[in-house]
Amino acid sequence: MSTTTEYTPKTSTGRIAHFVDQRVGGSGIVKEFGRKIFPDHWSFMFGEVALYTFVLLLISGTFLTFFFDPSMAHVIYNGSYNPLRGIGMSAAYASTLDISFDVRGGLFMRQVHHWSAILFVAAVSVHMLRVFFTGAFRKPRELNWVVGGVLLILAMAAGFTGYSLPDDLLSGNGLRIIDGVVKSIPLVGTYISLFLFGGEFPGTLIIPRLYSLHIMIVPAIILLMVGIHLFMVVVHKHTQYPGPGRTNDNVVGFPVGPVYAAKAGGFFFIVYGIVAAISGLLTINPVWNYGPYDPSPVSAGTQPDWYIGFVDGALRLMPGMLGNFSFEWNIPFPWGVNTLSLNVLVPALIPAGIMFTIMFAWPWIESWVTKDKREHHLLDRPRNAPFRTGMGVAGVVSYCVMWAAASSDLIATHFHVSLNDVTYWLRVLFILGPILGFVVARRIALSLQRKDREIVLHGRETGVIEMSPEGAFSERHADLDVYKLHTLVNYEDRKVIPAQPNAAGHISRSEKRRGALSKFFFEDRVAPVTPSELAALKAEHGHGPAEIEGSSTESIEK
Amino acid sequence: MGDHSHGSPDDSGTVAKAGTGTLDKFQDPGLPPHRKRLADTDPHAEKRAERQVALLFIISIIGTLSFFIAYFVLGRPENISEIRVQNAMLGLGTTFAMLGIGIGIVHWAKTLMPDHEISEMRHEITPEADRKDAEEIINQVIEETGIKRRPLIRNTLIGAIALAPIPAIFMFRDLDRTGKNAGEMVEQLRHTMWDTDVRLTRDPSGTPIKASDVQIGSVFHVIPEGLDEAEDMLNEKAKAVVLLMRLDPDKMEISEGREDWHYQGIVAYSKICTHVGCPVALYEQQTHHLLCPCHQSTFDLTKECKVIFGPAGRALPQLPIKVDANGFLVAQSDFHEPVGPSYWERG
Repeated sequence: MSTTTEYTPKTSTGRIAHFVDQRVGGSGIVKEFGRKIFPDHWSFMFGEVALYTFVLLLISGTFLTFFFDPSMAHVIYNGSYNPLRGIGMSAAYASTLDISFDVRGGLFMRQVHHWSAILFVAAVSVHMLRVFFTGAFRKPRELNWVVGGVLLILAMAAGFTGYSLPDDLLSGNGLRIIDGVVKSIPLVGTYISLFLFGGEFPGTLIIPRLYSLHIMIVPAIILLMVGIHLFMVVVHKHTQYPGPGRTNDNVVGFPVGPVYAAKAGGFFFIVYGIVAAISGLLTINPVWNYGPYDPSPVSAGTQPDWYIGFVDGALRLMPGMLGNFSFEWNIPFPWGVNTLSLNVLVPALIPAGIMFTIMFAWPWIESWVTKDKREHHLLDRPRNAPFRTGMGVAGVVSYCVMWAAASSDLIATHFHVSLNDVTYWLRVLFILGPILGFVVARRIALSLQRKDREIVLHGRETGVIEMSPEGAFSERHADLDVYKLHTLVNYEDRKVIPAQPNAAGHISRSEKRRGALSKFFFEDRVAPVTPSELAALKAEHGHGPAEIEGSSTESIEK
Repeated sequence: MGDHSHGSPDDSGTVAKAGTGTLDKFQDPGLPPHRKRLADTDPHAEKRAERQVALLFIISIIGTLSFFIAYFVLGRPENISEIRVQNAMLGLGTTFAMLGIGIGIVHWAKTLMPDHEISEMRHEITPEADRKDAEEIINQVIEETGIKRRPLIRNTLIGAIALAPIPAIFMFRDLDRTGKNAGEMVEQLRHTMWDTDVRLTRDPSGTPIKASDVQIGSVFHVIPEGLDEAEDMLNEKAKAVVLLMRLDPDKMEISEGREDWHYQGIVAYSKICTHVGCPVALYEQQTHHLLCPCHQSTFDLTKECKVIFGPAGRALPQLPIKVDANGFLVAQSDFHEPVGPSYWERG
């Protein structure tokens, strides 16, 4: 410490601030973050929605714990909801009814909690799609992409463990399905099920066990992951969309104080306001209509919460029998016969497994195929990465087909078509849909790139129709301003990199595979317009559109 | 002018060939000039924005107050429609309270706070000098522990660390609270409450069923007699529920050994789906199909509940039944195979 005169604050606020500063180094934090720059774009909002709905979940969930009794002890309901009075049920279900009917604002908090959960998983998913389609996962953000994927899985786990807690008929059947799926796992499945339920299904232990997972373990891991996620955002600084003045080496946007903090902070209240409106007006999970869990009844047309739908849909799509061939195999081993239920195991594990594996590995797959090990802080517009956009759409289509399959019965009853036909068509779509999605999305992206070229080369349409001396009509085009032009021509031009021999002059098999993938991805591509190309075109015409309006052209001349 | 043909891929460089020069690039024109907002130039607009922000905050205050009105004036609701009204009012009060603050702050930021975009340089995540320093420190730390020179310490430590967490795994053995050993745990899945002469009774009333009650086309949801007194009622019920229907005996395809499992066309099948265990609750009496509402597995009753559609891989187990001296339906025995979803040890 230097020997200069010590600072003495004059106001009481100043004295408190100085006290804290002297003990925790507040000035350094303010210096680092007070004017930190964040780029602004509406698509960066999804991550914020995810964070804020998670905060809402913590707040509303904490309120609910004060009233919820996670016990499967048998009680006779004696609360104020008449239709269920005198009926035997678990204490968990009874206390859920009490929260809904006998705690003022309890129903509202339950609905805030459930709607926030639904929005949370949705926001995480859409945020990941944004990150994927704009290439924000590239170096140095690969690990943060993985953390995001883990958060998606945790969000679903949090959702499912919470969904089961009220111990109503609907969630009980959901647990029954989980039990069936777990039992299909070879060797250990039966024991996992018996340990999970503390004996046979349903037992009296699963609700308290899910409760400790739901209110402690899963949210604690989510919090930890969110912390790591945000820490890495600070380390990397946020990505930005390409545009004039925005380069790979800078970050352009608003400072945290005051603009960004105000916008982001205000946005929390907007998210809560919207969730409150939904929760006030739209009923979610009216457990009092379903009744307590009983293994015998089930209601037709029931749906899981949306984020579990894709697994449930996959279960429905898989045929159990093809003619007389069953996918349930009894395999004779020397010690006896064991059962392998491929009709359950395959749809429960394989599609989700493939999807998450490709998702987690994608940053490395892409950098391997493109041989691109550079840092990327500028995002791609999705059209400027047609291969990636195509792959992303293929994944989305495959997910959505499974998701739609979870409602196959409702599709059939609402549209008056045969349930069997709906399933057959969805099976076909499950195979063909992703391929079609890839091809179509990639073609659309390439076409949009051609349109951009067109606009750069010929200028924007002015709406002025001219008649030539010969009598022909044409529309006058005007030069783009340099800023718009820069946005349209400044993108990563990825090319085929054929398989390369290594130092010994040998082309390895994996390198051949990489070359083939590179060809598949980048054989068709649209190159950005170059200045010389534009100049040549103008020279050819003799008089460029630049003559019409006096916009600046110096920057586009080499 | 405006000749579009140059944009098409065939006669221009649109679809570029690999190896096209990349140095030929447009220069970055830099950030576009800042455009002033109305509130920056017009004092009236500035004042108006200020009033708008304050109005939004006042709306929030009104929202919070209306929450209290809903909470106290509506008091404790008596019935479900009053609860709906109170819930909607609490929700809308909160909505205005939150949106007022949120939109107010954002409006403030957008109209009155500076909207100049600022450019900041990024820094290398790890400058080479830092990496070198870190490498030296780590090497020094490793050197000071001497772990490389002392393999005995290293290897025993690895062994100890690998072994230490294993007790934690064994601690979970008693997650199963039945106290059964591994074989008994799995064995219990094979048995249900059904046994010789156990009466078939209605779910949930528990009244026994006479054979004469069961008409063609009707369906009974059945539980074993005495289920209510069972120790783990729900566990037993989850295995023992049965569907009872009557068919025209001429329409039934009966396999060898099952000829006397039905009573004059009255058949009983496990209600627990062989797919993942949902109750197979829907009986289509015209087609004699049983449908599981969870994943749409469909079973043909006339063919001993063989799977004819959906993801189930195995027929529903049949409960052999007969009639006792009083004309009530009773079980001949337990199911001859485990009910419900398949598991590895099922065999």
